[in-house]
Amino acid sequence: MSDTTFLNGNQIQLTIERLSREVIESINFQNIVIIGVQPRGVLLAEKIHKRIQELTQTTIPFGKIDTTFHRDDFRRGKSLNAKVTEIDFLIEEKDVLLIDDVLYTGRTIRAAMDALLSFGRPTKIELLVLIDRRFNRELPIQPDFVGRTVDTIEPLNVSVNWSDNENNNEVVFVKEI
Amino acid sequence: MSQLSSKHVIGIEHLTVDDIQLILSTTTRFKEIINRPIRKVPTLRDITVANLFFENSTRTRISFEIAQKRLSADIVNFSSSSSSVKKGETLLDTVNNILSMKVDMIVMRHPSPGAAHYLSKRIDANIINAGDGTHEHPTQALLDAYSIKEKIGDLEGKKIAIIGDIMHSRVALSNIFCLKKLGAEVTLCGPPTLIPKHISSLGVKVMHNVDEALQWCDVANVLRIQLERQNTKYFPSLREYALYFGINRQRLEKLNKEIVIMHPGPINRGVEITSDVADSAHSIILDQVENGVAIRMAVMYLLANKQD
Repeated sequence: MSDTTFLNGNQIQLTIERLSREVIESINFQNIVIIGVQPRGVLLAEKIHKRIQELTQTTIPFGKIDTTFHRDDFRRGKSLNAKVTEIDFLIEEKDVLLIDDVLYTGRTIRAAMDALLSFGRPTKIELLVLIDRRFNRELPIQPDFVGRTVDTIEPLNVSVNWSDNENNNEVVFVKEI
Repeated sequence: MSQLSSKHVIGIEHLTVDDIQLILSTTTRFKEIINRPIRKVPTLRDITVANLFFENSTRTRISFEIAQKRLSADIVNFSSSSSSVKKGETLLDTVNNILSMKVDMIVMRHPSPGAAHYLSKRIDANIINAGDGTHEHPTQALLDAYSIKEKIGDLEGKKIAIIGDIMHSRVALSNIFCLKKLGAEVTLCGPPTLIPKHISSLGVKVMHNVDEALQWCDVANVLRIQLERQNTKYFPSLREYALYFGINRQRLEKLNKEIVIMHPGPINRGVEITSDVADSAHSIILDQVENGVAIRMAVMYLLANKQD
């Protein structure tokens, strides 16, 4: 395995700041709820949720959603350990901001949207991702808010590594040898 | 670890501790799902399950059926009273005919001990034992373990008393295996005629005084007197059984601690347990029923996901 750093902690911080402000600029705050996709989208969602609350001085409902039971690759050899889903509010007629770290084939987001419908019918679902791998999509799903766009060829993995210390966060390209 | 070690759930005896832990942790996820506004996931939508009940059942059959519906599986129901079994067809022929119609999973209750094991050696589908005679009833033991864990925490070192008709109870045997594997201490209590002779070789204690057993335990799992399986008299009368072994409020008030009361159902009210105990705050009988659906969802989900 050889890793190449694409974004360092400082750059990620700036991107999160920009994304938070973009969301504030374009979304109706009476109605918004923020939901992170398990497992890794939740970490980004927590940071953005915290920043948006700080900037707007409002309280925004926050939830986590696990997509395991809604995936289309069940019984296709993937190991499917479910994580916690924690949404203790109804999303009926809400604007949902769905957050994940990397958007790749789009299949996780499709499953997440399917899972969300178990909690009501939202007015709108918008998608925020830190990394958009735009040439690898298998479903017609596009993000509304994007941190960075990367164009990669298949055997390269994009991985977001979160650390307790913000300066050590990083986005890396992992080459599978 | 995210897979079961076996493609069947025949008995707790053959499950590993990791299997049991995996089922219990997956159950928590499904319990969250069955408490959502929309209590259904599409996970098993391409799976067909046949529920074969060669013996009567209310709770278990409905519980499995609801679990299957919550997972979006297709269901075929079969009960022996209205089938060709009456015309003399063998178990294997019946099941093979059903499997020819492309069924992926079999849930079976049968009066003969070992029926599920016998099938598992001869057919290809996943098999879940929903009770085979007086042998095992694995999903009941799993939901009991889950309910205890939910109420008083990890089972390691906890004291569980199983009280009543141990001899005829598949719930007792599965519970013993499951609780022992999870590190709990188990005591059996009942009249000597209803406790099998060499049961202590499974690593359990035996008591014949119900007050002592209640004082010892953290949780009392009270079993039904299975009159339908008793060809001879094992005790003089139901009234006498209730007097010496029935759990009532006076018995519980004598204890210097609070214990959790469980019962796998159906209850003979006034025999092994009185109504004021069964309906009290100490009783988790209805939690057991709710958890049963989540346990069965977890078991079917994990079996369907099992790769050969």
